[in-house]
Amino acid sequence: MLDTAQHPASAAASAAAPPLLEVANIEVVYNDVILVLRGLSLAVPQGGIVALLGANGAGKSTTLKAISGLLKTEEGEVTRGEVRFAGERIDGIDPHDIVRRGIFQVMEGRRIVADMTCLENLRLGAFTRRDNEIRRDIEMVYSFFPRLKERTGLAGYLSGGEQQMLAIGRALMARPKLILMDEPSMGLSPLLVKEVFGIIRRINSELGVTILLVEQNARMALSVAQYGYVMEQGKVVLDGTAEALAANEDVKEFYLGGHGAERKSFRNLKSYKRRKRWL
Amino acid sequence: MEGALLFQLLLNGLIVGALYGVVAMSFVLIYKASQVVNFAQGEFLLVGAWVCWWLLTEWQLPFWAGFLVTLAFMTLFGIILQVVVLRPLIGEPVISVIMATIGLGIFFQALMKWIFGVFAKPFPPVFSAERVSVLGLEVQTAYLLSLGISLAIMAGFGWFFRYSRHGLAMRATAFDQQVAQSLGISVPRVFAMSWAISAVVSAVAGVTVGMVNGVSSALSVYGIKVFPAVILGGLDSILGAVLGGLIVGVLENLAQYVDGQWLNWGNMYQVAPFYALLLILMVKPYGLFGTKNIERI
Ligand SMILES: Nc1ncnc2c1ncn2[C@@H]1O[C@H](COP(=O)(O)OP(=O)(O)O)[C@@H](O)[C@H]1O
Ligand SMILES: [Mg+2]
Repeated sequence: MLDTAQHPASAAASAAAPPLLEVANIEVVYNDVILVLRGLSLAVPQGGIVALLGANGAGKSTTLKAISGLLKTEEGEVTRGEVRFAGERIDGIDPHDIVRRGIFQVMEGRRIVADMTCLENLRLGAFTRRDNEIRRDIEMVYSFFPRLKERTGLAGYLSGGEQQMLAIGRALMARPKLILMDEPSMGLSPLLVKEVFGIIRRINSELGVTILLVEQNARMALSVAQYGYVMEQGKVVLDGTAEALAANEDVKEFYLGGHGAERKSFRNLKSYKRRKRWL
Repeated sequence: MEGALLFQLLLNGLIVGALYGVVAMSFVLIYKASQVVNFAQGEFLLVGAWVCWWLLTEWQLPFWAGFLVTLAFMTLFGIILQVVVLRPLIGEPVISVIMATIGLGIFFQALMKWIFGVFAKPFPPVFSAERVSVLGLEVQTAYLLSLGISLAIMAGFGWFFRYSRHGLAMRATAFDQQVAQSLGISVPRVFAMSWAISAVVSAVAGVTVGMVNGVSSALSVYGIKVFPAVILGGLDSILGAVLGGLIVGVLENLAQYVDGQWLNWGNMYQVAPFYALLLILMVKPYGLFGTKNIERI
């Protein structure tokens, strides 16, 4: 059960309509033994951008894979709780079926098909579609990412930024209702990060695609999201509106703070803090 | 006279080589899509040719009808083999999968002998003219047809993998199964489809050879010739498979020529491709067209 008292956004949303995506108290186990998510809950309202923040290894990618079903391809399994999309349970369903229902995951590390061209990658994104508007949508993707149109060679030779754009463009080709985006800013220059986040905002506002955004770059993520969750060791430890999180002292200290000398003691400090505040 | 013989042998080499290329392509298709080394590829030709022969002689179907029914049958045959035999072996050691395909090969080899006997049986004549003359050379009509069919299949593969939705899905699956699944592609379905296509294409090759030489268990030799062809071309390259097949076909016939003219060792036709294979692998261990990985972080 989702504890609505703990989740103001979902409480507010459920008053009007149920959230598009609802993850309720899920537990995820890899290889039958490694417990990675330990009762995680979150909700993503229709049309919103929700950020999922947390340190490396917190379980952010695992959360996205639990939603998209890709967990199955890594010997992972949702052993407790449920995932609901548009009111229907989707945990346990095969990933290719979940894509057909309208959830598309842009995986960490872009994962474009390196030995195909840009165009072929885009056409692959439309694999689940049988309509005749695919050509039009390719032009639409090019209008978001004009530089992809000029790239005729193999996608493996694109720069990191272009690969990220291609990965996002490929997701758009599936006409998803919800995009799960895993660390789109990873490895990009500050300028490119800005550009990519600008696009994410436009996808949301112009195409009406709901977005669950996993990021290490908390500042950027909170600048485009309306709501955010912070997770640690497989659990949500803090959530709130993007403004509230950006103003939160702990979030500031751990996720928005400097990256210099404090990094070394970061781990100890964090667990100390967590014990004090959250456990 | 000598020159004409050489030319004739080269032409034969290309025609047979194109068929090797087609069989090698269907072998590589399975390998690329589902990472299975199919030692029963030659038996696909055998089963396809026998089924077609049976429909044409026992059921007296017209050629086109018998051929189409054969293709439909082979589609099911490929899917059922994959689903029943190979799917349960996913995740098992490579050696188990190899043993399974070797077993399949032996099983179908024996089954066909049991049903149809051990002697070669001729196809009912399909063409009114046995031979036609091309550029002053006498060529069997069936050979010409065989070359035409091989080229059509190759063009079909090219189109399929470049432009069709399912062809792209197969390439994506070969590249990374998790990525394929994230795009909405059902990987088990891709596996089954690759076996179906492979079985159908091999059967076409089998029927073609059958029309020329008659149907017999000798057809499964094509499954062995596939190995020098695909290893020459690089195990994971469809284009390489085609070229490898052509090279093997031409080499065989050249070797026969050299042998007949000067050496008189008598078995060069059989072994020359394997000598060439050894030589090429010494120079290029991944074959002529083995994967160059593109990596970028
Ligand atoms: N396929 C897997 N098998 C086993 N353990 C895994 C697997 N994927 C992730 N983990 C473990 O789960 C934890 C969370 O990983 P992940 O979800 O990737 O975190 P994040 O995306 O927040 O960095 C890590 O401790 C990681 O080692
Ligand atoms: Mg991650």
